[in-house]
Amino acid sequence: MSEHGQTSDLELLTFRVADQEYSLDIMSVREIRGWTRTTPMPHAPDYMRGVINLRGTVLPVMDLARRLNLPSQETNDRNVIIVVKMNGTLTGLLVDAVSDIVAITEDDLQIPPDISSDPQLSVVRALTVIDDRMIRVLDLAAVVPSRSDEAA
Amino acid sequence: MSDQNDPMAEIRASFFIECEELLEALQDGLQELDDGSEDPETINVVFRAVHSIKGGAGAFGLETLVRFAHRYETVLDEVRNGSLHPDSEAMKLFFLAADQLSDLVRASRDDTPLPEETSEELLGRLDALLGDEGGSEEVEPADFTPMGLSLSLDLPDLDAGPALNRITVRFKPEQELFATGNEPQMLLRNLAALGEAKIRCDMSDLPLLPDLAPETPYLQWIVELETEASEPEIRDIFEFVDGLCEIEISGGEEDSAPLAESAPPPPAPPPEVPKPAAVSPPVAAPTGSAPVASPPAAPAAAAVADKDGEGDGRKGATAAKSVVRVDLERIERLVNLVGELVINQAMLSQSLDEAGLSPHSDAMNGLEEFQRLTRDIQDSVMMIRAQPVKSLFQRMSRIVRESSAAVEKDVRLVTEGEATEVDKTVIERLSDPLTHMIRNAVDHGLETAEKRLAAGKSKAGTVTLTAAHRSGRVIIEVADDGAGINRPRVQEIAVNKGLISPDVQLSDSEIDNLLFLPGFSTASKVSNLSGRGVGMDVVKTAIQSLGGRISINSEPGKGTTFSISLPLTLAVLDGMVVNVAGETLVLPLNVVVETLSLGPDDVQMLRPGAYVVRVRGGFVPLYDLGVMLGYRSSRKTGEGSIVLLISLEDGSRAALVIDGIQDQRQVVIKGLDDSFYRAPGIAAATILGDGQIALILDPADIIAGMGHIRGSDFMFSERMTANE
Amino acid sequence: MGLTVLAVDDSRTMRDMIRMALAPAGFTVHLAEDGVHGIEVLEGISPDAIITDINMPRMDGFGFIDAVRDQDAHRATPILVLTTESAPELKMRARNAGATGWIVKPFDPAKLVKALHMVAG
Repeated sequence: MSEHGQTSDLELLTFRVADQEYSLDIMSVREIRGWTRTTPMPHAPDYMRGVINLRGTVLPVMDLARRLNLPSQETNDRNVIIVVKMNGTLTGLLVDAVSDIVAITEDDLQIPPDISSDPQLSVVRALTVIDDRMIRVLDLAAVVPSRSDEAA
Repeated sequence: MSDQNDPMAEIRASFFIECEELLEALQDGLQELDDGSEDPETINVVFRAVHSIKGGAGAFGLETLVRFAHRYETVLDEVRNGSLHPDSEAMKLFFLAADQLSDLVRASRDDTPLPEETSEELLGRLDALLGDEGGSEEVEPADFTPMGLSLSLDLPDLDAGPALNRITVRFKPEQELFATGNEPQMLLRNLAALGEAKIRCDMSDLPLLPDLAPETPYLQWIVELETEASEPEIRDIFEFVDGLCEIEISGGEEDSAPLAESAPPPPAPPPEVPKPAAVSPPVAAPTGSAPVASPPAAPAAAAVADKDGEGDGRKGATAAKSVVRVDLERIERLVNLVGELVINQAMLSQSLDEAGLSPHSDAMNGLEEFQRLTRDIQDSVMMIRAQPVKSLFQRMSRIVRESSAAVEKDVRLVTEGEATEVDKTVIERLSDPLTHMIRNAVDHGLETAEKRLAAGKSKAGTVTLTAAHRSGRVIIEVADDGAGINRPRVQEIAVNKGLISPDVQLSDSEIDNLLFLPGFSTASKVSNLSGRGVGMDVVKTAIQSLGGRISINSEPGKGTTFSISLPLTLAVLDGMVVNVAGETLVLPLNVVVETLSLGPDDVQMLRPGAYVVRVRGGFVPLYDLGVMLGYRSSRKTGEGSIVLLISLEDGSRAALVIDGIQDQRQVVIKGLDDSFYRAPGIAAATILGDGQIALILDPADIIAGMGHIRGSDFMFSERMTANE
Repeated sequence: MGLTVLAVDDSRTMRDMIRMALAPAGFTVHLAEDGVHGIEVLEGISPDAIITDINMPRMDGFGFIDAVRDQDAHRATPILVLTTESAPELKMRARNAGATGWIVKPFDPAKLVKALHMVAG
């Protein structure tokens, strides 16, 4: 895994959502697949795009822009669904496009300033700068809600 | 990973599976005894079940289990040999002990703490049944030495010290020795294997040939042994023939008798000497009715089988059925594959259809055959997963025992249809809701003994648990012969808890259904069983998640019956595929009573937002499925709309407006991951021929979502209450 | 040494254990679920030794031994009885029925192997 004896602490998958750059720990990413029509779920929260057929299983897909309270874009063929695994279940995250995979160390991560009023930031675990671009590292557990969270 | 390769772990797992079967047989047997069975085989089965559990448990060093089983078995043995006649109290104790045994088995299996206190108490009571002389007989520790994990041969230790003993063994077999399949030659060989041996045969007793009785042994052997083995080790060799021969072991003394260098082959078991009785021609059967002698090998089996009195073959049939154990995962895989096959076939069917082939073309005929085969395969695969509800019912009989004891009521459980087969997953997931229903029946359904007697009923209440197949579904009923639902009281509670408005008029059935409302609990006082915040709403949710429905039927003074209707399998569904607002949806076919096309005067507005449709004189609430599911905001209730009339087993009905009917077909049910969102009114999903997902509706949930009270005040809810 | 053994026990666990104890030691193991089944199996094989449980449905161990001894072909076949009880009277009953020896359950695989070699070679 390590190159030149230097270990990178983590690899990030970076992607664009509503013209902003975000990233996820690559370890939680299972696959990336092209956009396909979702079947809407009745009365679902607006960030729930619906479900798709992922090789015979039903995959719930979340519109990440809506989830992050960003203006939702029209979906087009370039959109992709990042399939992530969280607490043993698979979820699809609809994003504009995937950019890159970057390797960084924990030292490159900065704790975001505490602006708790910003709901967007509560799902951002850390910030990092790559090629002068600020990239938000998402806290997947906060992005993908669990039913118990809602019940509580 | 090591678990998979460890044969002991495998056998251990298989032992616990066998234990479940044995515990089931134990329950059955006890029940038969309790019902007054006189068949001696019944107690034998009971005894053997406990005995076999003990045997296996010993092999795995499960000492607590062995100890309990042993003492339980000791008491059962007394029953078996007729010296103990269990009264009803003793039978109750036997049931409790069986429950405890089953707890111990499961605790041992799951490696959870063993419920030892109960064990001690029960063992004390079991021992008491034995009377004074019985006492508590402890298992000899040697009896449960765990079987070693190593399979290496326990060969004599060759490196032991050089201390050689010179031992002389004189061995004279008696006639009985040969009847047991023991062989002098073998014994001598084993003896010789202990060291340097000189064996000679003493033939001095051998009579002259004419006097020789063929079955009488005349020979004896003298073995001089130079060995490291001790005398007990030598005695061990003769353990099996102890009492069947003369044996003398002396330390190193020379025998004066003349020696022969090596033994002649001993006159091995009276060779193939024809046994006079066995081959003598059958005595002429004078009556002529006696059966002709059969070939020699067969009658032995037949004769003994008859001797054991099991000629009826009842038990025999079950034992002889050959069974293959299959890893559940493999079946799951098969089920999934067949599911894919069904989807694939649907896709193929769709593309052939789109290609515009004639329905009489070879391809279409072939497809039809393909569909038939697919369905047959699917049914067969589902059969593999089916198992009788018996194990579930047995668990329930325990629940009845425990819960009736807790509330001090005398309750009899009657079960019917134990052989009814249901998908294994359904059975597993029925356990909790059924437990709750049984507890409810015992706690709330049945009256106290005094009240029963006052009402002219028998002192003991009866809970009846039945299972049956009815029109492609499984119906499970829990019935009690109690006082019936106290409807005024139920309504009062519902009003007090703000679940309904005080002035609403409800039918009996509507009142009964209030029990299923979240937050409803009839317990006016907290008993040992209730008061845990689990209501019938939880039961209902559990049943619905299985694709089932639950309904109530209660008659004042006579009792209450809860009926659960379940699909035979969780894997496929006969569905009606419909279009609503551009989406494809599937409704379970069995709820669709009929399809209607709205005429000009069919729809009546009850008040703004609430419509009814007239169906043969009656009025049924009308809803636009597209609006209900949030797919569109404006209602389509006009003339010419297509309407599905759906009806549930509890009698509730609704008319659903849809845009069109696509098809009726079998769909493969795909579970929805509801870990962060559960859509109201949606039971599951399926994959259509074009690869798209269609949602499968849950009609009961849809109707429930329309508001709790129907008929008189069905407010149309624009948005179904999501969090119920 | 390649001995052939018939093991009769109604407990699947016990049958599994017997097979596991004997197969690695080079035995060919045939299994039967009870006495009746054992007799049926015997029609097709000629084992060097037989192991049988006592408590079994349909035909118990005593009945089974009886039936085996009634057959000329198996009059001298060594039969070991598996018993959880070390009770002497059970051993005596088994012997009177024609059993060659006994093994107390739970058995040590090595002991079982050894006992079989002792009676059957």
